[in-house]
Amino acid sequence: MDATTLKTRLKGLGFDFFTGVPCSLLGGIITALAGEYIPAVREDTALGMAAGAYLGGRKPCVLMQNSGLGYSLNVLTSLNMIYDIPVLMLVSFRGYGGKDAPEHIIMGRHCVELMETFGIRNSVCGREDLAAALAEADKEIAKGKPYCIFIKEDTLE
Amino acid sequence: MIMREAITKIISLIGDEYVVCANGFISRDAFNAKDRPRNFYMLGSMGQASSIGLGFAMARPGKKVVVLDGDGNLLMNFGVLSMISNISPKNYIHVVLDNECYDSTGGQPTISPRVDLARAAEGCGIKNVIKKDLGQDFAEAFKDCLKKEGPSFILVKVGRDPSEKVPRVGIAPPEIAKRFKNA
Repeated sequence: MDATTLKTRLKGLGFDFFTGVPCSLLGGIITALAGEYIPAVREDTALGMAAGAYLGGRKPCVLMQNSGLGYSLNVLTSLNMIYDIPVLMLVSFRGYGGKDAPEHIIMGRHCVELMETFGIRNSVCGREDLAAALAEADKEIAKGKPYCIFIKEDTLE
Repeated sequence: MIMREAITKIISLIGDEYVVCANGFISRDAFNAKDRPRNFYMLGSMGQASSIGLGFAMARPGKKVVVLDGDGNLLMNFGVLSMISNISPKNYIHVVLDNECYDSTGGQPTISPRVDLARAAEGCGIKNVIKKDLGQDFAEAFKDCLKKEGPSFILVKVGRDPSEKVPRVGIAPPEIAKRFKNA
C-alpha cells in the first residue's frame, strides 16, 4: 500500500487526529500527513495527547516504532484501557524475524506477545493485509479499545 | 497556602472551562472541592494530564482548558512544555501546583526546589509565564489567564498538610471519560 492510499483509508474510516514519533519505516505516511501530523516528543505523550483529542471528539491515530511500546505501556494500561479511550496505533515492526540493528532485536522478538499479554488486540501486517487490519482495528476502536497494527518493512511504499 | 486550599480557590474561579486534573492528591482534592462533569480526573498515567489537556485543547479550540498539574507530574513529562509551545493553543492554561514532593506516596521530595520550572516554560517559548511563591495570591493572575490568549503557564508554590485525609475519586473511569466528553 502506498502512503497516500493509507492516508485515504484512514480518512475514510474517520481518523482525524494524527500524532506520534517517527520511524524510517513510517516516513512515507508521516510525509503524506504533513500539515495534520503533530510531532510528539515521546510515544506516551503522543498517546496522552491522542486521548485528550478523543475526549474532545476526535478519532486519533498514533504512529510510532515498536521501541516506543515500552514507554507507551503505562498510558495504555492506566489511561486508555481503564477509561475506554480508543486509539489506533500504527507501529513499525523493527527487529522482525531477528534481522535488524541490535537495539531492535529484543523488542522485535517480544512486541506481539507484549500486546497479547496486556490484552491489546493487534495485527502484524505486510502489503496484502493492511487494508483488512484497518477494518478489524476500526471495529475494536468502536468498542472503545486500543488497537495496534504492526507494520513490517516494505509494507508501505 | 496548602494544595487543597489552592485547588479549592481555583475551582471557585472556574466557570464553564474544562479542567484536567493530574493523578494523586490533585484529582482527589478537585473531586472533593467540587465535582463537575467538566473535570477529568486522571487516576494513573502519571505525567500525562498536560498531554491530555493539550489534545483536548486542539480538538475543542473554542473552549478553555485548565490543566491542574503537579511538580512530580511535570518533571516526569518535561518534554510536554516544548510541545505546548510548538502547538501554542490559545485556549490552554497550565497550572502547576508545586509542593516540592510526591505527596500521595508519602511526601518524598521532588527535585523541583532546584529546578526553575517557570524559566523552563519560558525557555520553551510558552507565551505567558507566571510564577507565584508560597503565600503569594495567584487568584488575579489566574483570572487574567482565563481571559487572555494563551498558552499560559502558572507556577504556584504550595505547602502540604500531611494530616490531610482526602477520599479517593468516587467515579468509575469510563464514567469520568464519558461525562467529560459529553459535557
